[in-house]
Amino acid sequence: MAITADEVKHVAQLAKLEFTDAELQMFAGQMDDIIKMVQQLSKVDTTGVPVTSTVAEAKNVMREDKAIKGTERETLMHNVPQKDRGFVKVPAIIDESEEG
Amino acid sequence: MDYFKNDLSSLHAGLLNKDFSAQELTAETFEQIKARDQKIESFLTLNEQQALAAAKKVDEKGITDADKLAGIPVGIKDNIVTKGLKTTAASKILGNFKPIYDATVMEKLHAAKMINVGKLNLDEFAMGGSTENSAYKITKNAWNQTKVPGGSSGGPAAAVASGQLLAALGTDTGGSIRQPAAFNGIVGVKPTYGRVSRYGVIAFGSSLDQVGPMTRSVKDNALMLSAIAGHDKHDFTTSEREVPDFTAKLDGDIKGMRIGVPKEFMDQGVADDVREAIKNAIKTYEKLGATVEEVSLPYSKYGVPVYYIIASSEASSNLQRYDGIRYGFRADDVKNLEDVYVRSRSEGFGDEVKRRIMLGTFSLSAGTYDAYFKKAAQVRTLICQDFSNVFENYDLILAPTTTSTAFGIGEEINDPVTMYMNDILTIPVNLAGLPGMSLPAGFSNGLPIGMQLIAPQFGEETMYRAGYAFEQATDFYKEVPTIGGEN
Repeated sequence: MAITADEVKHVAQLAKLEFTDAELQMFAGQMDDIIKMVQQLSKVDTTGVPVTSTVAEAKNVMREDKAIKGTERETLMHNVPQKDRGFVKVPAIIDESEEG
Repeated sequence: MDYFKNDLSSLHAGLLNKDFSAQELTAETFEQIKARDQKIESFLTLNEQQALAAAKKVDEKGITDADKLAGIPVGIKDNIVTKGLKTTAASKILGNFKPIYDATVMEKLHAAKMINVGKLNLDEFAMGGSTENSAYKITKNAWNQTKVPGGSSGGPAAAVASGQLLAALGTDTGGSIRQPAAFNGIVGVKPTYGRVSRYGVIAFGSSLDQVGPMTRSVKDNALMLSAIAGHDKHDFTTSEREVPDFTAKLDGDIKGMRIGVPKEFMDQGVADDVREAIKNAIKTYEKLGATVEEVSLPYSKYGVPVYYIIASSEASSNLQRYDGIRYGFRADDVKNLEDVYVRSRSEGFGDEVKRRIMLGTFSLSAGTYDAYFKKAAQVRTLICQDFSNVFENYDLILAPTTTSTAFGIGEEINDPVTMYMNDILTIPVNLAGLPGMSLPAGFSNGLPIGMQLIAPQFGEETMYRAGYAFEQATDFYKEVPTIGGEN
């Protein structure tokens, strides 16, 4: 195994995803296949080879630091799933069922 | 309006001569879509009212000869944001999302007075090669409805190939325009990275994504790219180079053009019928006066693993924004804020998107970064160098677009690695940021075969010129599918 079910669970936590046990089994198997496939890169000698992170022509683009009018608040709030008096509404950050 | 017997230029001439109005053309296009799309299922959202209103405006203002695309219907892949018109990326997580702005490519199409008739299906967030990963519907291949249309731009490809539209916009991160174009027998172009703005294109792999046109002919494609290309202050990766008129040099003359065929792209991994069609294409190019020789891209065989690490890493970062807070789907019955994130994402994303987020998160995490992400970014450099070496001596690279013709619906969906290997011939082009085109090069068992032309960065003119010459010499593009006995 290139990756275990426990490791998959850990990665899921980092990615803010959760899986049922059955899903975990399926994902662990598929992730294992995928990771084995990508591991063929270890055969390539990359000593001294620089990384490529972009193929764009421009590397740094500067612009004038000028204040411009932003988008109206009402427009920005258009797709917010739950709102209250002009604010985005979210549940409590601390779980209220876990007192003490 | 029979789209199989017209091109963008003949529609423009018809509108200019007042043989028909933009409103008539738009209304007829919707009738045709409603009849044909029952079988093909390429559209996710129709934009009928707004399209007819826009067509009315075009008619009122009148069309001049310079307005080459005015009043002509176009379809848009549903990962390109359209102001006020639902944009889902074929994901449940954006099921109710109505963008508050237009992508730059949409602004350009509006400026050209094209009529947006609706949003087209894709693999969720453009992740996949069959359009089976859509949360909403399974689009069918225009030539055989038991086959996939390819992906991720399966909706645009099938809509154009089935005569519902003459032009659509797709996006291509690892082959998502070229592969469905090949599977549906149309022309699809992924422009040079930086040629077209990505502003308002729902991000997947930001160092790889490009928008490009999907059409039935090379000239139509060139017309469309001329309309959408160019520098954009909203996308700092767009090039400041001037955009040529890509139709200007389509004269069929390619005498003396030097074409390289990578031996790695013609090996045993490619099906016999596809290899045979490409060999015939080579003969056609030789007859047209080009020199065709075998070349080598030795690192291209590592394209698939490099791509799946880099694209998935970029995706895992880009898709962090879907948290159920500011837009999109929010899960019900949650206890706390963490729950909103985890449950909204787990219920809102489909399996393939989750696999990519997981692979990307894994590749970027402490302890694996050097062995996976950094290694992939180094091998990407070697793949780029392969292409530079070939382009020192050649104007263009010719290869198959795909290793086979379209596969069956349901055939590969449960085997991610097999599905990923389908992109082996298109991925290296994205990694190196080059322009690539797929165009029809033959048929096998009633299914189209696609040929790929690859040019150096910003060499689209060479690519279009060579594509046009081939098209004029072969006429494969004139073949049309039979859609439900309509033709």
